[in-house]
Amino acid sequence: MSRTSHFDVVVVGAGPAGLAAARTATEAGSRVLLVDQYPRPGGQIWRHRPGDALPADAREAIAAAAPPAVSVATRATVVDVDGPRQLIVSFAGRVSRISAGAIVLATGALERLLPFPGWTLPGVTGVGGIQALVKSGLSVSGARVVLAGSGPLLLPVAATLSKAGADVLLIGEQASAARLRGFGARALLDPTRAFQAVRLRWASRRAGFVTDTWPLRAIGAERIERVVMRIDGSERSFECDWLATNAGLVPRTDLAQLLGCTVDTNGIVVDDDQQSIVPGVFAAGECCGVKGETGAAVEGVIAGIRATGGSVLSSLRRKRDQQRRFGRMMQAAFAPRRELIERVTGDTIICRCEDVRRDRLDPSWDQRQAKLWTRVGMGACQGAVCGVACETLFGWSRNTVRPPLDQVAVDSWSRAIREPDPEPGPPEPDERALPA
Amino acid sequence: MSDVTVFIGGVPRRVPSDVTVAVAILNHGTTSFRKSSGGMPRSPVCAMGTCFECRVMVDGKVGVRACITPVAEGMQVETMS
Repeated sequence: MSRTSHFDVVVVGAGPAGLAAARTATEAGSRVLLVDQYPRPGGQIWRHRPGDALPADAREAIAAAAPPAVSVATRATVVDVDGPRQLIVSFAGRVSRISAGAIVLATGALERLLPFPGWTLPGVTGVGGIQALVKSGLSVSGARVVLAGSGPLLLPVAATLSKAGADVLLIGEQASAARLRGFGARALLDPTRAFQAVRLRWASRRAGFVTDTWPLRAIGAERIERVVMRIDGSERSFECDWLATNAGLVPRTDLAQLLGCTVDTNGIVVDDDQQSIVPGVFAAGECCGVKGETGAAVEGVIAGIRATGGSVLSSLRRKRDQQRRFGRMMQAAFAPRRELIERVTGDTIICRCEDVRRDRLDPSWDQRQAKLWTRVGMGACQGAVCGVACETLFGWSRNTVRPPLDQVAVDSWSRAIREPDPEPGPPEPDERALPA
Repeated sequence: MSDVTVFIGGVPRRVPSDVTVAVAILNHGTTSFRKSSGGMPRSPVCAMGTCFECRVMVDGKVGVRACITPVAEGMQVETMS
């Protein structure tokens, strides 16, 4: 356990929003620490291996928020908070206390993974899940993949899979054709988005794209062998090696909840300055409303400016408001349909960690009662998967976040919490070299 | 990109040094990373460290998330299947 270090601004999450916030705050003269859970900055959207080709905007954003200007700690997770703007951070397993003048939460989004019969079989992943695996080197050459999710992530993932040599049998979107037309007509008014959609669709042109489509059940012994799909009113079975499925994205808000921020179904509630109800705690990007990387980066800039007391141009605020409206429109268009809930049978597992089946849960409970009586959400993932599922299935709120937020050695965690408050003093230059 | 040797269930396997443990296991042909409390096979789902379905034993340490752990030369990986 090392002594407490102080930073003017601590940014949590190194995706498009966090990178923009870290860069902006640094350019304003602040001493910034950027922490991220993964081995390399970029977030899920710019996840890469060393040497991978990244889009120009990703390369620029990562380079602009890099050492020595910014202190970057990868494989670092905020596991707890201890008083106003005191973060307990695990740096690759070593726990240390960080005090922050301001905090920018850029914790991104999670996939909404909804239960259905057979969803626990090996070979069934998230849509973002299979993309992350392929980007990390998974060989899918010749593998038969059914993609069945929701939202703009589907096409880029189909393109990634096709490029890696996979046989994408189907690209299924759960939202209805009518909803998509309404959304598409408006989204395509933006030429960049229209071009992107056409390019991605071309990259996976051999696979059929269908709306009103979702998996009913996955079947297999030791792993998935086939999936029965509902396609626009009829059922069809596909033999496959992988089923990648989700029901869209949900804001990741566990740390915000520990910090006392208000969170609703759209994510962390923020004001016009990207500030939460907790003074000095800002949020940017998907964690305060899923809206895509463009909006995330704009919010990151505003959060970075306001976290350092600067003033924001009204044109930037307008751009942000426009992206927020787009995000809300998108979330409404791709909202999970009722039929996704109706797939669940009595013996469908809801909580994967504790193997809690549907028929052991009473929808009239709340999340806390369910935890006490069935251990749902008490396992290793601490409800990251089933908390979202139960919110969608039963309307249970996810307001039961408890530290630690990640695996951490309990002795070093408790020592970090017992540390006295830091003495105000000059910054310690050696702390720039945090474990990477 | 250079290769490293990892041992998956004791079997040596050459893998690129920049892949995750999860990818090394999957490309090795193993699909069951762990057994659930009810005895069912499980494998990576979210691949971003949140679902904990890809937990394996790495160099004697249990509960390591394979999807966010880079491989290293000589690493001993045991699935819980």
